[in-house]
Amino acid sequence: MGNYSTNEFRSGLKVMLDGDPCSILDNEFVKPGKGQAFNRVKLRNLKTGRVLEKTFKSGESIEAADVMDSEMQYLYEDGDFWYFMEPNTFEQHQATETAVGDARLWLSEQDVCVVTLYNGSPLSVTPPNHVELEIVETDPGLRGDTAQGGNKPAKLVTGATVKVPLFLNEGEVVKVDTRTGEYQGRVKD
Amino acid sequence: MHARAELFALLRRFFAERSVLEVDPPLLAKTSVTDPYIESVKAQMGGESSYLQTSPEFFMKRMLASGLGDIYCLAKAFRDAEQGARHNPEFTLLEWYRVGWDEFQLMQEIETLIATVFNKFHQSAINTERLSYHDCFVQALQLDPHSASLESLQAMAVSQGYAKWSNETRANCLDLLFSEIIEPKLPSGLVTVYDYPACQSALAQTYTDKHGRQVSRRFEVFLNCVELANGYFELTDAQQQRQRFTADINYRSQANKPVMEIDAKLDQAMRAGLPSSSGVALGVDRLLMQLCGLNSIEEVLAFPWSRC
Repeated sequence: MGNYSTNEFRSGLKVMLDGDPCSILDNEFVKPGKGQAFNRVKLRNLKTGRVLEKTFKSGESIEAADVMDSEMQYLYEDGDFWYFMEPNTFEQHQATETAVGDARLWLSEQDVCVVTLYNGSPLSVTPPNHVELEIVETDPGLRGDTAQGGNKPAKLVTGATVKVPLFLNEGEVVKVDTRTGEYQGRVKD
Repeated sequence: MHARAELFALLRRFFAERSVLEVDPPLLAKTSVTDPYIESVKAQMGGESSYLQTSPEFFMKRMLASGLGDIYCLAKAFRDAEQGARHNPEFTLLEWYRVGWDEFQLMQEIETLIATVFNKFHQSAINTERLSYHDCFVQALQLDPHSASLESLQAMAVSQGYAKWSNETRANCLDLLFSEIIEPKLPSGLVTVYDYPACQSALAQTYTDKHGRQVSRRFEVFLNCVELANGYFELTDAQQQRQRFTADINYRSQANKPVMEIDAKLDQAMRAGLPSSSGVALGVDRLLMQLCGLNSIEEVLAFPWSRC
């Protein structure tokens, strides 16, 4: 991979920092009137998710990271790994539990996710923004209580627990926003 | 755009009331500054290289030497590759000179100017403070910027998380610490920082202060933690000025930067005699940003560089 100079920095650029792949979130050009210019850069470490700030001298170069986002279909998990397939090449990738992270709480087989590859292997998995999942465990529904606010926890088929309105029952399907973990609505067959 | 026009009118009225003459020096010239960290935009003129001016300073000093008296200039300036939230390569600079004044008299005038326009825009007074460069460093970092060794400045930069700054020059370490640690914590309102370190004198006179430290008679003005203006009690010694330009040129050639020559006409004017004076340059776009409560210079420009 090549190098990027500070004047090529922009948000979304993937670079290597202290041996870890990072994504640039923000790049601020700073220059005291008479002095040396520098770039104050905010980066997310793609391995740990941590956000850090670094100051580079303008004109300095850093190594590019071999990081690529691609859409893949989730196939199955075997207890150790989660398997994803590239829809065009049918190439399969196995992702570790660390790489899958919280995404495992939302994944159903055949869902299309964004898998971030680092040096060819999955680094992180982003589930679809919205998923539809069945309730497998919740307190019995209260019929007629559709107008009142109030909610209760419900366990979904994938293992995630979300807050749902009181009238919902086990076996019903709900739509959830995976970015916030919030209930969005009931899905009727 | 209306706020900009109003500000220009206020600035011109301010100087008219004080009998400071508006001048209109060239933007394109055969030479430009030798500053180590200011790059001039190069242009072609009849097959010959020329430069868009990074400030009207050299022309204005030639006017001062010719005996024109107090002068100001409200015009564009250009600096190559300076682009960001507070930088646009083409920007508006207000620069003025007061003959016979020292830097403290000029500090008083720029404080009055900013307070006046602030009052017109907000119908309220602005908090105004003065701090010496030394006190800023002692308060924030318990470090004397004038007497601290280069090694201790480098160590301080590294300990503040800038690992790669262990080989930087004295001026760069001080700039980094000032911009990163001190500037964000300056009091809000209008803050004038004076008595800069001797290594950051540029075109200012230096003197030995009462503690025996070499200090530069330079000041900077910050409005709500944003650098707004830079002023000097001007160096009038032509020989010393030539030495500083030569040091800049040597630095530039070592750093593989474009070679700049000494402006011979400025040198000639200074040898003929620059009257004792103080001068300051103020970034008008940044002032407008602050007056309008905006965070990006693009918001005060009709056509920022990204849309030119």
